[in-house]
Amino acid sequence: MSAKEWPLWEVFIRGQHGMSHRHVGSLHAVDAEHAIKNARDVYTRRNEGVSIWVVEAAHIAASAPSEKGPMYDPARDKVYRHPTFYDIPDDAGKM
Amino acid sequence: MYAQMVKSTGKGLVARKDMLPEDRAFQDRIDAGEKIEPKDYMPDGYRRNLIRQIGQHAHSEIVGQLPEGNWITRAPTLERKANLLAKVQDEAGHGLYLYCAAETLGVSRDEMTEMLLDGRMKYSSIFNYPTLTWADMGAVGWLVDGAAIMNQVPLQRTSYGPYARAMVRICKEESFHQRQGFHIMMAMVNGTADQKRMAQDALNRFWYPALMMFGPSDKDSVHSAQSMAWRIKMNTNDELRQKFVDETAPQVEYLGLTIPDDDLQWNEDTGHYDFTEPDWAEFFEVISGNGPCNVDRLNARKKAWDDGAWVREAMVVHAEKKAARKQAAE
Repeated sequence: MSAKEWPLWEVFIRGQHGMSHRHVGSLHAVDAEHAIKNARDVYTRRNEGVSIWVVEAAHIAASAPSEKGPMYDPARDKVYRHPTFYDIPDDAGKM
Repeated sequence: MYAQMVKSTGKGLVARKDMLPEDRAFQDRIDAGEKIEPKDYMPDGYRRNLIRQIGQHAHSEIVGQLPEGNWITRAPTLERKANLLAKVQDEAGHGLYLYCAAETLGVSRDEMTEMLLDGRMKYSSIFNYPTLTWADMGAVGWLVDGAAIMNQVPLQRTSYGPYARAMVRICKEESFHQRQGFHIMMAMVNGTADQKRMAQDALNRFWYPALMMFGPSDKDSVHSAQSMAWRIKMNTNDELRQKFVDETAPQVEYLGLTIPDDDLQWNEDTGHYDFTEPDWAEFFEVISGNGPCNVDRLNARKKAWDDGAWVREAMVVHAEKKAARKQAAE
């Protein structure tokens, strides 16, 4: 049992309706080609996708949970970034 | 269930006043319905319990392929064979989703496999019963997957994000499993007298083992309280078992079969079926390694692991060689 474990890959699939690729899960594979083959077997058994992206999990950089506050709180009080902030009279017509 | 008798590794339910401040904050997040993600703070006990539970669930999916795999080459028609093959392939996928969820907690896939093979981790007791006839494929899909779904649907709301997401995928795929099993049973009961007898025989053998899947009676379920507080267990064993009996009894009647329990009857007062509990002595024997097929199942897993070792190694070496060649050419 001395062998190296196959590295972990994250899998992204684009469905048929013009949406962007979406993270669906992960799997182990020796290289990118192998990861795509495995992703096809594991994550598209029911026509879930028409395109697969894989990336080695070790290459993904992620924001830290401890920085949640400074990262996302500033967006909270900026309601003027949403269309509903602006009251437009019905008389102005469809907008 | 697929994870029965997950031994709690903590010291039982900790009272709020005795919690460390970070553990209190953690419990507050769970009580507020927030999902815990891999890099978030979590108490050690939560992490260890989840590894055991998800690992046991994953092993059950993989070992669960064995009793059904037995019948792929013996299916009565090409269509049934294709159906069964698709189901067994799904189980492999479900095992993979769950192994990946467990890996986010810091345990490796190989470690989990080794823990299964040396007996430190378990799998569901149900897969230690043999599948003797084709009717067993009906009973397994209908009852075993039916019982599994009953446990897994609420787990879609479990507190650990990766586990909940794996459950969502699994539940979406699994309802076909139960239906294909029931479909087999329908064909059997509408066939010859012998086929109907086979269907009844399969029900007789799988009824109590299916009830055991929910784990011991609540009064003997010592690990539940903490798991429920952490929302990694959503219902008690007895609640789910009752729900399963209530849903299954009318299906048995529809098939024109008989549940092997003379005391099973509808209770107007409680609004539930009364039924006989399984033989818990048998359950504890099977879960501790002495069921009819425990040795076969583990040997099959061990053989697959050992015989596949050179393939796993060769693939790594080949990938390294390919990468080196590509680099040299650049």
